[in-house]
Amino acid sequence: MSTQKKGWKEISLGGACWKSSTEYKTGDWRSYKPIWNTEKCVRCMLCHIYCPEGAIKHDTETDKMVFDYDFCKGCGICANECLADAIEMVMEGKE
Amino acid sequence: MAKVEQKTVPLNGDEAVAFAVKQCDVDVVAAYPITPQTIIVEKFSEYVADGEVDTAFVCVESEHTAMACSITASATGARTFTATASAGLALMHEMLGVASGCRTPVVMSVVNRALSAPINIHCDHSDAMCERDMGWIQLYTENSQEAYDSIIQAFKIAEHLDVMLPTMVGLDGFVLSHTLENVSILPDEVVKKFVGIRQVPRVMNHEGELVPFKLDPANPLTIGPLDLHDYYFEHKRQQEESMRKALEVIKQVHDEYAEQSGRSYGNGLVEAYRLDDAEIAAVCIGSTAGTVKTVVDELRENGIKAGLLRIRAFRPLPVEDIVRNLAGKKAVAVMDRACSFGGDGGPLFHEIRHTVYDLPDRPKLVNRIYGLGGRDTPPYMIERIYRELQKIAKTGQTADTVQFIGVRE
Repeated sequence: MSTQKKGWKEISLGGACWKSSTEYKTGDWRSYKPIWNTEKCVRCMLCHIYCPEGAIKHDTETDKMVFDYDFCKGCGICANECLADAIEMVMEGKE
Repeated sequence: MAKVEQKTVPLNGDEAVAFAVKQCDVDVVAAYPITPQTIIVEKFSEYVADGEVDTAFVCVESEHTAMACSITASATGARTFTATASAGLALMHEMLGVASGCRTPVVMSVVNRALSAPINIHCDHSDAMCERDMGWIQLYTENSQEAYDSIIQAFKIAEHLDVMLPTMVGLDGFVLSHTLENVSILPDEVVKKFVGIRQVPRVMNHEGELVPFKLDPANPLTIGPLDLHDYYFEHKRQQEESMRKALEVIKQVHDEYAEQSGRSYGNGLVEAYRLDDAEIAAVCIGSTAGTVKTVVDELRENGIKAGLLRIRAFRPLPVEDIVRNLAGKKAVAVMDRACSFGGDGGPLFHEIRHTVYDLPDRPKLVNRIYGLGGRDTPPYMIERIYRELQKIAKTGQTADTVQFIGVRE
């Protein structure tokens, strides 16, 4: 990303986005990090469905749940919805 | 272009607005009824039910939603109209800023009515004056004919690519909205051609491509999302620039319309009435201008050099036109039909006094607050203002700068 920011004459009208939101890594908003427990997980995919950021995916090759920490904001919905108690929210830096 | 032949029909202000909207090839109308705007919504829904228009009419549950729906429709590139008044406009407040910030050129008629409490359904301008800083163009009309003409012009102004700002057209509640008047109407095809098909500018999308500025599944675009300390200020600066450009566009559209209709309202921004050689003048907005003109004529017959400056465009404020018209006057009374409580005068007074401040020979200015909640303001009351102005012009002394007229002590 360029550090030179555009002036008002150059930017798009009405706040129309000229960059993809994927360039904006929102993971650093996180205070608590979801830690996945492979033993307890039953692969029900509820966490994948409930994640508002689309940051949890199932890797079919390894049969693992993969958390994208670049975009996970640590909201804890996955841990709250998990029926198997397989996701623990841990303070950043203390995981 | 030659003047177009027109029919004259009896319409009240609300019907005149609904009829104008019917002729403007509007794609979406989302509105909620509120006195004294109700006739607009009723009349337009009849046009929809009778198949006279090709418009999606959305019955919403509140004015907040009416505006949210209008913004969204407009963001898809649709020509969009809504109407409200008083509490309805107040409920829209939050969304008004979204409309201007997202650069959605919604056109809205505001049938000016007092705000509660106590509850009152009659005319004053406190509803629209509260929305002064929401980034909307504001035009105020003197009669139903002008309301009709201004709605048609408003679409062309709002949607102009140099402007792209929502526009509200004010008409005085009951005084205009419910009063039958002879209104000259242009043929449908003339209006349709005049407003044309809405165009949209091109903007850069998230993949760096230039795409039309509208929500379209074929060209995904995000409009108006989170904008923090890094870019919000720049977007606001853009809005200010478009407001400045709107001054010229309002005049252009007004002149173009005048060529075809034969009707003009000053230069489209302000209307000066017998002002050139006037020594004393009133400044006002809306239907009261009609009464003031009658008083000016009477005073002129008695050799008093009186004039009127009617503000048609309040946002953007035509500073140069106001300065040019008031320069050299001895005394000026600004008439406010709204009160800025504790603000030492009404909103129009603040604006007018600010514009003439830098004049070396600026006139003495006073503020007369009148007509709140529909209180009648007959000619004798206005004449009394001019008589005071004569005294001020003569002595150079102003007693009370801000006075309420027509209120019982």
